[in-house]
Amino acid sequence: MARRYDSRTTIFSPEGRLYQIEYAMEAISHAGTVLGVLAKDGIVLAAEKKVTGKLLDLSETKSGGYGGSGEKIFLLNSNVIAGVAGITADANSLVNYARDYAQRHLYQYNEDIPVEMLAQNLCNLKQGYTQHGGLRPFGVSLLYAGYDPHYNFQLYHSDPSGNYSGWKATCIGANSGTAQSLLKQEYKEDIAIEEAIGLVLRVMSKTMDSTTLGSEKLEFATLTLDAEQRPKAKIYRPAEIDALLKKHDLAKKDEDAEMKS
Amino acid sequence: MEVSFGITGKGYVLVAADTTAAHSVIKVKNDVDKIIELNPHLLMAYSGEPGDTVQFAEYVERNIRLYQIRNSLPLRPPSAASWVRKTLAQSLRSRSPYSVNLLLGGYDTSDYTPHLYWLDYLGTLVEVPFAAHGYGSYFALSLLDRYHDPEASLEEGIETLKRCIAEISKRLVVSPERFKVKVVDKDGVREIEL
Repeated sequence: MARRYDSRTTIFSPEGRLYQIEYAMEAISHAGTVLGVLAKDGIVLAAEKKVTGKLLDLSETKSGGYGGSGEKIFLLNSNVIAGVAGITADANSLVNYARDYAQRHLYQYNEDIPVEMLAQNLCNLKQGYTQHGGLRPFGVSLLYAGYDPHYNFQLYHSDPSGNYSGWKATCIGANSGTAQSLLKQEYKEDIAIEEAIGLVLRVMSKTMDSTTLGSEKLEFATLTLDAEQRPKAKIYRPAEIDALLKKHDLAKKDEDAEMKS
Repeated sequence: MEVSFGITGKGYVLVAADTTAAHSVIKVKNDVDKIIELNPHLLMAYSGEPGDTVQFAEYVERNIRLYQIRNSLPLRPPSAASWVRKTLAQSLRSRSPYSVNLLLGGYDTSDYTPHLYWLDYLGTLVEVPFAAHGYGSYFALSLLDRYHDPEASLEEGIETLKRCIAEISKRLVVSPERFKVKVVDKDGVREIEL
């Protein structure tokens, strides 16, 4: 019986559900974890990469671009970074749309787009695909970490249905339930960015499948203010991630070193 | 002859404009309000082609209101000024351009600073400590160059403004008889009786 309502996004089932939306959300719960924590002087984003392997050519991500492998964490505008969970191809399309919209705002108003406005606009697009016939919804959830002068640092989450909400700390993707409850236990009001980085790395190391964290499985980014109080996004390069993990004592242990000691 | 000018001070912007409606060489009215309140912390003095001025001012007012309703965020003064400039520049390159000169004064509630912008019908936009449009600018600007103080209190600002008005009344051949003065600060826009 349920089958009759499976194939079209626009049709409610007799129980009042939209199956395609639920399936999209299900797809996301298998995707790599993305975690965001809001601090009083910045925001931290971390993401688990799923596409890895010895033969994957990562030479571009080591030096090219603005940092990150371009799989999970993206710079949407100079004041917003986003972590995506779900179908990567869909995410690329949304990221492209968001960048375009943010630049239009800059052109019209000569200011960085307010974070909620960007999230809201992306949600309008996502909502459209839950209603217009014959089209598949975006199988993507996003975490937006941004800064604007209206509400300072902000963290938003949006899902395939087009709902969005603001958070102090949240998580999407695989094991997001575990991560959320860990965050709930450990999050303190008014933490500084350094503490938030520690918290994010700790939670990531507990929720990820692999026993040791490394730059081949992790993407990491922060958004802070520079000396002139302008937002500054930093998406870490692989070497910087490994250095950070080492600093927090979560890096892979060098076996030889352990043998010697 | 239309005259408008603006002065910034410590946490406020003062904007003054004459109140005459002229038709050819005849004054038909002397209580016109040429300073529109765009939102609680933003005001705009307009001068130029009669008809164009009111039409354009109301167009800006509605669009700024629409932005606020849509996004539940006010348009900050720098962004509002950029938007108005863009609109004027587009209009200039259309078949029927608006012939309007503007002064935009606002108080930014997100970083607690006053802003004053000078715009003309060619799409020029400059942020300035003091500004003037019309024939009165020849007298007001030199006075303001001498007496303007960005740290002045509202009372001191009003005194400087009175100096400008007195000079214009004394020296300008066809000087306006009345001025309307408005101020915008942390408490919003209000009118001031001189």
